[in-house]
Amino acid sequence: MADASFTYEAKGQVLVIHLPRELDHHNCRNLLNETDLLLSENYVARLVFDFGRTTFMDSSGIGILLNRYKQMSRSGGTMTYYGASRQIVRILHIGGVAKLIRGFESKEAAMKG
Amino acid sequence: MAWQMAGAHTKQAGGNKMDRKNENETAQNMQRAEEKNRFYMEVESRSQNEEFARVVVAVFMSRMDPTLEEVDDVKTAVSEAVTNAVIHGYRNGSGIIYIESEIEGKELTVSVKDTGAGIPDIEKAMEPMYTTDTTGERSGMGFSFMEAFMDQVQVQSRPGEGTVVIMKKQIGR
Repeated sequence: MADASFTYEAKGQVLVIHLPRELDHHNCRNLLNETDLLLSENYVARLVFDFGRTTFMDSSGIGILLNRYKQMSRSGGTMTYYGASRQIVRILHIGGVAKLIRGFESKEAAMKG
Repeated sequence: MAWQMAGAHTKQAGGNKMDRKNENETAQNMQRAEEKNRFYMEVESRSQNEEFARVVVAVFMSRMDPTLEEVDDVKTAVSEAVTNAVIHGYRNGSGIIYIESEIEGKELTVSVKDTGAGIPDIEKAMEPMYTTDTTGERSGMGFSFMEAFMDQVQVQSRPGEGTVVIMKKQIGR
Protein backbone atom coordinates (compact mmCIF):
# COMPACT_ATOMS: atom_id res chain seq x y z
CA MET A 1 0.00 0.00 0.00
CA ALA A 2 2.82 2.39 -0.82
CA ASP A 3 0.32 4.51 -2.74
CA ALA A 4 -1.77 5.17 0.36
CA SER A 5 1.03 6.49 2.57
CA PHE A 6 2.85 9.74 3.06
CA THR A 7 6.60 9.75 2.67
CA TYR A 8 8.90 12.46 3.94
CA GLU A 9 12.14 13.87 2.72
CA ALA A 10 14.14 16.38 4.72
CA LYS A 11 16.79 18.63 3.19
CA GLY A 12 18.24 21.25 5.51
CA GLN A 13 15.34 23.29 6.77
CA VAL A 14 13.01 22.08 4.04
CA LEU A 15 10.62 19.19 4.57
CA VAL A 16 9.06 17.63 1.46
CA ILE A 17 5.87 15.58 2.00
CA HIS A 18 5.06 13.20 -0.84
CA LEU A 19 1.27 12.88 -0.82
CA PRO A 20 -0.63 9.67 -1.52
CA ARG A 21 -2.60 8.87 -4.69
CA GLU A 22 -5.96 9.46 -3.01
CA LEU A 23 -5.96 12.35 -0.58
CA ASP A 24 -9.20 11.64 1.29
CA HIS A 25 -10.28 11.27 4.92
CA HIS A 26 -9.15 7.64 5.05
CA ASN A 27 -5.61 8.36 3.90
CA CYS A 28 -5.27 11.63 5.84
CA ARG A 29 -5.84 10.02 9.23
CA ASN A 30 -2.18 9.35 9.95
CA LEU A 31 -0.70 12.59 8.74
CA LEU A 32 -1.41 14.66 11.86
CA ASN A 33 0.77 12.69 14.30
CA GLU A 34 3.51 12.08 11.77
CA THR A 35 4.02 15.70 10.78
CA ASP A 36 3.58 16.95 14.34
CA LEU A 37 6.43 14.72 15.38
CA LEU A 38 8.63 15.80 12.47
CA LEU A 39 7.90 19.49 13.01
CA SER A 40 8.60 19.29 16.73
CA GLU A 41 11.88 17.44 16.32
CA ASN A 42 13.29 19.48 13.44
CA TYR A 43 13.40 23.15 12.58
CA VAL A 44 11.41 23.38 9.36
CA ALA A 45 11.33 26.74 7.59
CA ARG A 46 9.52 25.42 4.54
CA LEU A 47 7.00 22.67 4.02
CA VAL A 48 6.73 21.41 0.42
CA PHE A 49 3.82 19.25 -0.73
CA ASP A 50 4.35 16.92 -3.67
CA PHE A 51 1.07 16.24 -5.52
CA GLY A 52 2.87 14.29 -8.26
CA ARG A 53 1.12 11.00 -7.46
CA THR A 54 -2.18 12.50 -6.34
CA THR A 55 -5.18 11.96 -8.61
CA PHE A 56 -7.95 12.56 -6.08
CA MET A 57 -8.48 15.09 -3.30
CA ASP A 58 -11.55 16.17 -1.36
CA SER A 59 -12.15 18.59 1.54
CA SER A 60 -10.27 16.26 3.90
CA GLY A 61 -7.13 17.13 1.93
CA ILE A 62 -7.95 20.83 2.25
CA GLY A 63 -8.33 20.32 6.01
CA ILE A 64 -4.86 18.91 6.48
CA LEU A 65 -3.29 21.60 4.26
CA LEU A 66 -5.02 24.38 6.22
CA ASN A 67 -3.93 22.89 9.52
CA ARG A 68 -0.31 22.62 8.39
CA TYR A 69 -0.52 26.20 7.12
CA LYS A 70 -1.62 27.39 10.57
CA GLN A 71 1.24 25.45 12.19
CA MET A 72 3.80 26.84 9.75
CA SER A 73 2.66 30.45 9.96
CA ARG A 74 2.89 30.33 13.79
CA SER A 75 6.60 29.53 13.47
CA GLY A 76 7.12 31.98 10.59
CA GLY A 77 7.59 29.20 8.05
CA THR A 78 6.20 28.98 4.53
CA MET A 79 4.47 26.36 2.42
CA THR A 80 4.63 25.50 -1.29
CA TYR A 81 3.50 22.68 -3.57
CA TYR A 82 4.38 21.15 -6.92
CA GLY A 83 3.21 18.48 -9.35
CA ALA A 84 -0.49 19.27 -9.04
CA SER A 85 -2.81 18.24 -11.88
CA ARG A 86 -5.50 20.56 -13.25
CA GLN A 87 -8.18 18.93 -11.10
CA ILE A 88 -6.07 19.22 -7.92
CA VAL A 89 -5.39 22.91 -8.65
CA ARG A 90 -9.14 23.37 -9.09
CA ILE A 91 -9.82 21.75 -5.69
CA LEU A 92 -7.14 23.96 -4.08
CA HIS A 93 -8.89 27.04 -5.49
CA ILE A 94 -12.39 26.00 -4.44
CA GLY A 95 -11.05 25.09 -1.00
CA GLY A 96 -9.48 28.56 -0.65
CA VAL A 97 -5.98 27.17 -0.19
CA ALA A 98 -4.54 28.34 -3.52
CA LYS A 99 -4.01 31.88 -2.21
CA LEU A 100 -2.19 30.65 0.90
CA ILE A 101 0.19 28.18 -0.69
CA ARG A 102 2.26 28.94 -3.80
CA GLY A 103 2.39 26.36 -6.53
CA PHE A 104 5.46 25.51 -8.64
CA GLU A 105 6.21 23.40 -11.67
CA SER A 106 9.15 21.49 -10.23
CA LYS A 107 10.34 20.20 -6.89
CA GLU A 108 13.51 22.31 -7.07
CA ALA A 109 11.49 25.48 -7.64
CA ALA A 110 9.09 24.63 -4.84
CA MET A 111 11.97 24.06 -2.43
CA LYS A 112 13.70 27.31 -3.40
CA GLY A 113 10.89 29.65 -4.53
CA MET B 1 -30.85 -5.83 -30.32
CA ALA B 2 -34.01 -7.92 -29.86
CA TRP B 3 -36.32 -5.04 -30.74
CA GLN B 4 -35.06 -4.98 -34.31
CA MET B 5 -36.09 -8.57 -34.80
CA ALA B 6 -39.52 -7.95 -33.33
CA GLY B 7 -39.93 -4.99 -35.68
CA ALA B 8 -38.92 -7.09 -38.68
CA HIS B 9 -41.48 -9.68 -37.76
CA THR B 10 -44.30 -7.09 -37.51
CA LYS B 11 -43.35 -5.67 -40.85
CA GLN B 12 -43.55 -9.05 -42.45
CA ALA B 13 -47.00 -9.66 -41.01
CA GLY B 14 -48.52 -6.39 -42.20
CA GLY B 15 -46.09 -4.06 -43.89
CA ASN B 16 -48.51 -1.10 -43.68
CA LYS B 17 -48.15 2.40 -42.15
CA MET B 18 -49.60 1.33 -38.79
CA ASP B 19 -46.93 -1.31 -38.24
CA ARG B 20 -44.17 1.12 -39.04
CA LYS B 21 -45.55 3.45 -36.38
CA ASN B 22 -45.55 0.65 -33.81
CA GLU B 23 -42.03 -0.18 -34.75
CA ASN B 24 -40.93 3.40 -34.11
CA GLU B 25 -42.72 3.50 -30.76
CA THR B 26 -41.06 0.27 -29.69
CA ALA B 27 -37.68 1.71 -30.61
CA GLN B 28 -38.38 4.89 -28.67
CA ASN B 29 -39.53 2.97 -25.60
CA MET B 30 -36.43 0.84 -25.70
CA GLN B 31 -34.28 3.94 -25.92
CA ARG B 32 -36.05 5.50 -22.95
CA ALA B 33 -35.54 2.33 -20.93
CA GLU B 34 -31.84 2.43 -21.78
CA GLU B 35 -31.59 6.02 -20.60
CA LYS B 36 -32.99 5.13 -17.18
CA ASN B 37 -30.91 3.11 -14.78
CA ARG B 38 -30.49 2.66 -11.06
CA PHE B 39 -28.34 0.92 -8.49
CA TYR B 40 -28.47 0.55 -4.75
CA MET B 41 -25.88 -0.67 -2.29
CA GLU B 42 -25.12 -0.89 1.39
CA VAL B 43 -21.63 -0.57 2.79
CA GLU B 44 -20.21 -0.74 6.30
CA SER B 45 -19.36 2.64 7.73
CA ARG B 46 -15.59 2.45 7.35
CA SER B 47 -13.23 5.06 5.98
CA GLN B 48 -11.92 2.54 3.38
CA ASN B 49 -15.40 2.56 1.83
CA GLU B 50 -15.19 6.28 0.99
CA GLU B 51 -12.99 5.42 -1.98
CA PHE B 52 -15.04 2.31 -2.85
CA ALA B 53 -18.30 4.31 -2.94
CA ARG B 54 -16.99 7.13 -5.14
CA VAL B 55 -15.39 4.69 -7.58
CA VAL B 56 -18.64 2.67 -7.88
CA VAL B 57 -20.64 5.83 -8.66
CA ALA B 58 -17.96 6.92 -11.17
CA VAL B 59 -18.21 3.60 -13.01
CA PHE B 60 -22.03 3.71 -12.90
CA MET B 61 -22.15 7.19 -14.45
CA SER B 62 -19.57 6.37 -17.14
CA ARG B 63 -22.35 5.21 -19.53
CA MET B 64 -23.63 8.83 -19.55
CA ASP B 65 -20.48 9.70 -21.49
CA PRO B 66 -19.36 12.33 -18.96
CA THR B 67 -16.28 14.56 -19.24
CA LEU B 68 -13.34 13.76 -16.93
CA GLU B 69 -14.17 16.89 -14.98
CA GLU B 70 -17.77 15.76 -14.42
CA VAL B 71 -16.57 12.39 -13.14
CA ASP B 72 -14.12 14.10 -10.76
CA ASP B 73 -16.86 16.45 -9.53
CA VAL B 74 -19.23 13.59 -8.72
CA LYS B 75 -16.45 11.53 -7.11
CA THR B 76 -15.58 14.43 -4.82
CA ALA B 77 -19.21 15.07 -3.85
CA VAL B 78 -19.85 11.37 -3.11
CA SER B 79 -16.65 11.22 -1.09
CA GLU B 80 -17.80 14.19 1.02
CA ALA B 81 -21.22 12.68 1.72
CA VAL B 82 -19.84 9.24 2.65
CA THR B 83 -17.10 10.81 4.79
CA ASN B 84 -19.78 12.78 6.66
CA ALA B 85 -21.72 9.56 7.31
CA VAL B 86 -18.57 7.85 8.65
CA ILE B 87 -17.35 10.72 10.83
CA HIS B 88 -20.53 12.51 11.89
CA GLY B 89 -23.37 10.03 11.26
CA TYR B 90 -21.74 7.05 12.94
CA ARG B 91 -18.98 8.98 14.81
CA ASN B 92 -16.35 6.56 13.45
CA GLY B 93 -18.27 3.64 14.95
CA SER B 94 -20.18 0.89 13.20
CA GLY B 95 -23.24 1.32 11.01
CA ILE B 96 -24.53 0.88 7.48
CA ILE B 97 -24.33 3.53 4.76
CA TYR B 98 -27.02 3.27 2.08
CA ILE B 99 -26.05 4.55 -1.37
CA GLU B 100 -28.46 4.83 -4.24
CA SER B 101 -27.91 6.34 -7.67
CA GLU B 102 -30.18 6.88 -10.62
CA ILE B 103 -29.67 7.99 -14.19
CA GLU B 104 -32.60 9.56 -15.95
CA GLY B 105 -31.70 10.95 -19.34
CA LYS B 106 -28.92 13.44 -18.62
CA GLU B 107 -29.62 13.74 -14.92
CA LEU B 108 -27.63 11.85 -12.31
CA THR B 109 -29.00 11.53 -8.79
CA VAL B 110 -26.94 10.17 -5.90
CA SER B 111 -28.30 9.75 -2.40
CA VAL B 112 -26.25 8.82 0.64
CA LYS B 113 -28.10 7.82 3.79
CA ASP B 114 -27.10 6.89 7.32
CA THR B 115 -29.17 6.02 10.37
CA GLY B 116 -26.69 7.60 12.76
CA ALA B 117 -26.55 10.67 14.96
CA GLY B 118 -28.36 13.11 12.67
CA ILE B 119 -27.75 16.86 12.42
CA PRO B 120 -29.38 19.14 15.01
CA ASP B 121 -29.02 22.30 12.90
CA ILE B 122 -28.70 21.61 9.16
CA GLU B 123 -28.31 25.28 8.22
CA LYS B 124 -25.37 25.67 10.60
CA ALA B 125 -23.82 22.39 9.44
CA MET B 126 -23.93 23.64 5.86
CA GLU B 127 -22.18 26.94 6.62
CA PRO B 128 -18.75 27.05 4.97
CA MET B 129 -15.92 26.30 7.43
CA TYR B 130 -18.32 25.19 10.17
CA THR B 131 -17.00 22.09 11.89
CA THR B 132 -17.60 20.28 15.17
CA ASP B 133 -14.11 18.82 14.94
CA THR B 134 -11.59 19.85 17.61
CA THR B 135 -8.39 18.39 16.15
CA GLY B 136 -8.11 21.17 13.55
CA GLU B 137 -7.80 18.57 10.80
CA ARG B 138 -11.28 19.01 9.33
CA SER B 139 -11.87 21.93 6.97
CA GLY B 140 -15.64 22.16 7.51
CA MET B 141 -16.07 22.36 3.75
CA GLY B 142 -17.85 19.06 3.12
CA PHE B 143 -21.25 20.51 2.25
CA SER B 144 -19.65 23.46 0.41
CA PHE B 145 -17.81 20.98 -1.79
CA MET B 146 -21.00 19.01 -2.47
CA GLU B 147 -22.73 22.26 -3.46
CA ALA B 148 -19.78 23.39 -5.59
CA PHE B 149 -19.62 20.15 -7.57
CA MET B 150 -23.29 19.21 -7.91
CA ASP B 151 -26.24 21.23 -9.27
CA GLN B 152 -28.52 20.46 -6.36
CA VAL B 153 -27.90 19.27 -2.80
CA GLN B 154 -30.75 18.45 -0.46
CA VAL B 155 -30.21 17.41 3.15
CA GLN B 156 -32.80 15.80 5.37
CA SER B 157 -31.91 14.93 8.94
CA ARG B 158 -33.37 14.25 12.35
CA PRO B 159 -31.25 13.98 15.50
CA GLY B 160 -31.04 10.36 16.62
CA GLU B 161 -32.52 9.04 13.38
CA GLY B 162 -29.96 9.84 10.72
CA THR B 163 -29.28 11.88 7.63
CA VAL B 164 -29.90 11.59 3.92
CA VAL B 165 -28.12 13.72 1.34
CA ILE B 166 -29.65 13.81 -2.15
CA MET B 167 -27.49 15.31 -4.90
CA LYS B 168 -28.32 15.93 -8.55
CA LYS B 169 -26.19 16.87 -11.53
CA GLN B 170 -26.80 17.31 -15.25
CA ILE B 171 -24.16 15.41 -17.23
CA GLY B 172 -22.93 16.43 -20.66
CA ARG B 173 -25.07 19.50 -21.15
